[in-house]
Amino acid sequence: MLERYVTAASTYAHSIDHLFILIAVLGGFWLIAAEGMMFGLIFKFRAKDGRPTRYITGEEPHLKRWISIPHYLIIVCDIVIVAAAVTVWYDIKQVMPPADATVRVIGQQWAWSFQEPGPDGVLDTADDIRTVGEMHVVVNTTYHFELLSRDVVHSFAVPAFRLKQDALPGRTITGWFRPNRVGTYDIQCTQMCGIGHALMAGRIIVETQQDHAAWLLRNSNQAVAERAEQQAPPASGADGPTTMAEVRR
Amino acid sequence: MSTEVQHAEPGFFRKYLWSTDHKIIAMQYLFTGMAMALIGGYFAYVFRMQLGFPNQHVPGYGIVTPGKYNALVTMHGSIMIFWVAMPVLIAAFGNFLIPLMVGCDDMAFPRINRLSYQIFLLSALVLLSSFLVKGGPFGGAWTAYPPLSASGAYNLTPIGATLWLLAVALEFVAFLLGGINFTVTAMNSRAPGMKMYDIPILIWMIILANIVFMASAGPLIAGAVMLLFDQTMSTGFYDPTRGGDPLLWQHLFWFFGHPEVYVVLLPAMGIVAEIIAVFARKKIFGYKTVLYTTWAVGFLSFVVWAHHQFVAGIDPRMANIFSITTLMISIPVTEMVFLYIATLYGGSIHLDTPMLWALAFIAEFMIGGVTGIFLGSSGTDIYLHDTYFLIAHFHYTFVPIAIIAVFAGLTFWYPKMFGRMLNETLGKIHFWGTVIPFNVIFIPLFITGIAGDQRRIYNYAQFAEQSRPWLQHLRTTSTIALLFMLAFQLVFLFNFFWSLRHGKTAGANPWRSTTLEWATLSPPPHGNFAEMPTVYRGPYEYGLAGRADDFLPQNVPDRAVGD
Repeated sequence: MLERYVTAASTYAHSIDHLFILIAVLGGFWLIAAEGMMFGLIFKFRAKDGRPTRYITGEEPHLKRWISIPHYLIIVCDIVIVAAAVTVWYDIKQVMPPADATVRVIGQQWAWSFQEPGPDGVLDTADDIRTVGEMHVVVNTTYHFELLSRDVVHSFAVPAFRLKQDALPGRTITGWFRPNRVGTYDIQCTQMCGIGHALMAGRIIVETQQDHAAWLLRNSNQAVAERAEQQAPPASGADGPTTMAEVRR
Repeated sequence: MSTEVQHAEPGFFRKYLWSTDHKIIAMQYLFTGMAMALIGGYFAYVFRMQLGFPNQHVPGYGIVTPGKYNALVTMHGSIMIFWVAMPVLIAAFGNFLIPLMVGCDDMAFPRINRLSYQIFLLSALVLLSSFLVKGGPFGGAWTAYPPLSASGAYNLTPIGATLWLLAVALEFVAFLLGGINFTVTAMNSRAPGMKMYDIPILIWMIILANIVFMASAGPLIAGAVMLLFDQTMSTGFYDPTRGGDPLLWQHLFWFFGHPEVYVVLLPAMGIVAEIIAVFARKKIFGYKTVLYTTWAVGFLSFVVWAHHQFVAGIDPRMANIFSITTLMISIPVTEMVFLYIATLYGGSIHLDTPMLWALAFIAEFMIGGVTGIFLGSSGTDIYLHDTYFLIAHFHYTFVPIAIIAVFAGLTFWYPKMFGRMLNETLGKIHFWGTVIPFNVIFIPLFITGIAGDQRRIYNYAQFAEQSRPWLQHLRTTSTIALLFMLAFQLVFLFNFFWSLRHGKTAGANPWRSTTLEWATLSPPPHGNFAEMPTVYRGPYEYGLAGRADDFLPQNVPDRAVGD
């Protein structure tokens, strides 16, 4: 149902969508039943001349049943929903499957920047690739992310992945995702972060292993240095040991 | 009040602006709340126009810049909750109805009551003054999460942020004073014979709401003081670089913020209970069960706060506990709604305007309740948190509370307040002109939320997925519906002021109701009752067979009835 409105591009997108449908079916059933009962009663007992009102206190067992039995059934539905919700939550937020790669996501007023480990697969080494506003990931690969904020509270959200996690200054929050569909998807900030909040957009590019390797190659230190040499004159006070690749093309 | 004061005819100032009479103070709260509602509604108009027709000149405002947009949504939220729902539902109805419905001459502490309104008015003025300062009003959302709210370098509204915080703190002082007053009055000043289970449900609910408010406000006031220090004295309570923690504020805020939902819900539910009983000519189905569910709601409202923080960076294991408590609170609320619906059974339902509003409250609030389950379930909240699905859900609870139930109460007690009836035709036009557009505003927003629209974005141009044309059509639909809804409020305003002079004279008890406020004149004189009433029975004796009239007021002695 959700997929009609928003693409599903991660492994857990469908478990959230299924939970949504479960709640929609159970909640929808009781909503329609209760609204139908209410409008039915309004119609049936509308004021008519000569029809007396019944004196009912609400203590009569044969009438109380009409409330208590549906209510017990609703409690059963509640338990089903809680069980399903906790299961989905546990799989997404409480446990992390083993990582194929680890990336770092940094929020600041008003941009997302990303740090990807580069060819050696280790963060905080010289060959890391840093990007702003654009994140490249490989399809069918489990990523762990480390989420940081440099200033205020942001929230890292990728609707197509059904991923959302606040970024807090002073903490590193970990999480995971596993994209399973090639494409380009939006990254949002969903926590009010100042006047640039609506500008804090990013793109996440899910690509095949080959495409990703080519992207890595294009943005290796060496390739970037060569490109910089061709563009004269080089900017002074450049980006230090790591590169700002693909950023201001 | 001493007898000398009572005998001297007070001048305009002493009578209307410096009064200790609970009815006048209720009117002060009511009219201040209505004025603030116009301001809050105007803000909604401006930012919805920006969303419906991005970057175009908004008639009556101008161009909406990102900074202004943030300020508008922040002020809309703050005003509607703290300066409309609270003063009208708690203070105006509470002040007007508690002494009348429990059968006493005034509040227990009339001067504290007057002080309460004066501080409230000051708080409103402080808030509005932030529009005049450099940088403009605070734009960091009504939840004011630090570090954004704590530092002018981040929010760019250093003065506005502090004024917002001061205004909220003052508003809390006003309602703490009022809450003490309401509770003491209902405990100590009841008419002779009014036992605990003879108190009308509305009074129970207002008192419980006040107790919940007083018990939950403390942590937020402490949090607000720390935030004020962070803003003005460069302390670091919420600054992680100096050992503080931004999450602390979120816990303190929501420990207040979620009970606050029930603080305004309970009086609304109370108003609806009174009206349904009168217009269905029925005793409330299971009066005591309604009270038990109210207590359960009040208690549980303290243990659900972190469902606002599932994805905020709290320990993920906590989410499971708060998912369970959140679904638990739906159990007593469902029971309460079912009891209201059951009250209709066997009744004789008169669809006058107040009853239309009361029934609309139930119908719409149920949608708000069911959509809340999607957000209370931690799994789906990961996706729906901070989307327009949340906005739509919230407004499906809050518009029934702060708009629909308030109109139910105003149309119902208007004759008692002013001695005249509202025009019924205009009332029905206003009802349909409000309720239909309300649904057309927010149903599209459920869909844009499911499609991923995140909140507090002045323009979705940066987001490819949110720039799909059909999403923009839904936003525009919602905006146009809002224009209709706002336009129909003019009908109400006209009816309200026109009927003050030209309405049909109401008489003491136009709705043939049983509770004590209908036992005195309309409007009630100073001191309320010519002869203080005595209570002989519960509040909802309707539908009595074998009598000329089908109801028995609380204050009519049994021997007069001839039982």
